[in-house]
Amino acid sequence: MSDTKKIINDPKKVVPELLEGLVAASHGSLKIVDGTTAVIRSKLTEGKVGLLTGGGSGHEPLTGGFVGENLADGAVCGNVFASPTPDIIYEAIKAVEKGKGVLNLVLNYAGDNMNFEIACEMAEADGIETRSVQVWDDVLSASKDKTEDRRGIAGMVQALKVVGAAASEISDLNELERIAIKTRDSLCSVGVAVSAGSIPETGEPTFTLAADELEIGLGIHGEPGVERQKLIPADELTDMMVDKLLADLPFQQGDRICLLVNNLGATTTMELLIVNRRIRQILEEKGIVVYDTLLGTYCTSLEMAGFSISFMKLDDELQKYYDMPARSVAFCKG
Amino acid sequence: MASDSLNVAETVDMFRFVSKFMIDQKDILTKADQKIGDGDHGIGIARGFEAIIDLLETTQFDELGVLLKKIGFGLMNSMGGASGAIFGTLFLGGAKAINNQDCLDSENLGLMLQGGLDAVKNRGKANPGDKTMVDALEPAALAADSQISLTDNLAAVTEASRLGMEKTKEMVANFGRAKSLGEKAVGHADPGSISMHLLLKSMTEYVQKR
Repeated sequence: MSDTKKIINDPKKVVPELLEGLVAASHGSLKIVDGTTAVIRSKLTEGKVGLLTGGGSGHEPLTGGFVGENLADGAVCGNVFASPTPDIIYEAIKAVEKGKGVLNLVLNYAGDNMNFEIACEMAEADGIETRSVQVWDDVLSASKDKTEDRRGIAGMVQALKVVGAAASEISDLNELERIAIKTRDSLCSVGVAVSAGSIPETGEPTFTLAADELEIGLGIHGEPGVERQKLIPADELTDMMVDKLLADLPFQQGDRICLLVNNLGATTTMELLIVNRRIRQILEEKGIVVYDTLLGTYCTSLEMAGFSISFMKLDDELQKYYDMPARSVAFCKG
Repeated sequence: MASDSLNVAETVDMFRFVSKFMIDQKDILTKADQKIGDGDHGIGIARGFEAIIDLLETTQFDELGVLLKKIGFGLMNSMGGASGAIFGTLFLGGAKAINNQDCLDSENLGLMLQGGLDAVKNRGKANPGDKTMVDALEPAALAADSQISLTDNLAAVTEASRLGMEKTKEMVANFGRAKSLGEKAVGHADPGSISMHLLLKSMTEYVQKR
């Protein structure tokens, strides 16, 4: 049985209300596109490729929390776990377009892909050039030979960091698309959950796990994972997850990576730190260099308890963009 | 059978009936989606057809193409998610196929379904057997027969869509969130195919009651 307590008002108004709160926290750096649930930077640079992200809500601070300086120019927010509609995506494309076209960086889900595609067709009819790149970092959601079937999860945060910085330097849409694809292809993530979140409008948990169970590979909307098993100690679990990541890209001795240890909603920083300690032990043993670590709440699934680990392999080009300062409500670097 | 057709005002009235009918299916669709999806299909369909009721109250229509196009955009821009894109595209594809027509007759019904099917397949890339609404829509479009009356034609396409929807119970999903379930989705009908069937069923009920 669900025991859901949520601090909300009308469940139908969670998205506009959370966006109002986001704008209020932004020190004037964000605004809402009139009549929509899209949030954009208050001041946009002329002659720059617009970088737009978005998707269903319920993953806060993703995506709206990553709209800012050297990050995304805008985020289009749908209802909880549902892609935004084409009309508001279209309005957001027009709002962030500053003469060099718009790149959409979205998580790889059927609904997001189709709704962004329809909006892009509408924008193209107005003469606005657009491209879309899907992030598909969840290595357990499909096999390596079907990466385009993989789901996008927390790796989006690292992708927005790199592509957001690149968008400030590169004013050619095709070149920015190349960087976005390269970044996407350098990302791997794996997640684990111990309890479910619940959608505000139904109050029902999106899946159920026994009190002593965990599930590996579970998606950020409660999509089933690959293995359900008894709860095991943090080190044993981390070993298993890191093994899956290392084998996938694959990563090898001498590689430099950016690490993200992400809380899926209700897991404590204490637990994330314990996991991070073990990740570092394994990587040091393998001779893989952790160039930077992000640890905390970045891409959630409502109040799901669990975490994900993401690795982004760096080369000099991606590192240059990763190193640039960035600032938004959810992210600050440099 | 010239009399067996709907003029524009009657078609608007039919979609008013269809909208109320679909909103009433919210709980059934939610339960079906909780089995193999994330449980929001009923909410999306209800939100979409509430927007259509508003649209039909506030707009005057004088031909079918514009009516279907406005319904398509209305669904797409209120529902969100994959189902909003697909059910919106269904109506937009239908609108193109019967542009500038002022009567829904047996022939136009077939054209509308075929146009909708082509657009949906092009947008969603799903084929029959993938456990999507295409499994209810394609048999319906194929069953359409312009030689019989609109009432009989609607009854025939509705039955074809029901059989197609029933067949999705045996299928493994290749699209949407259910694809993660693999064999676990077997035994449950695809919620989108249920909605597709109910849409046609409600059109049939309206015409039969008339």
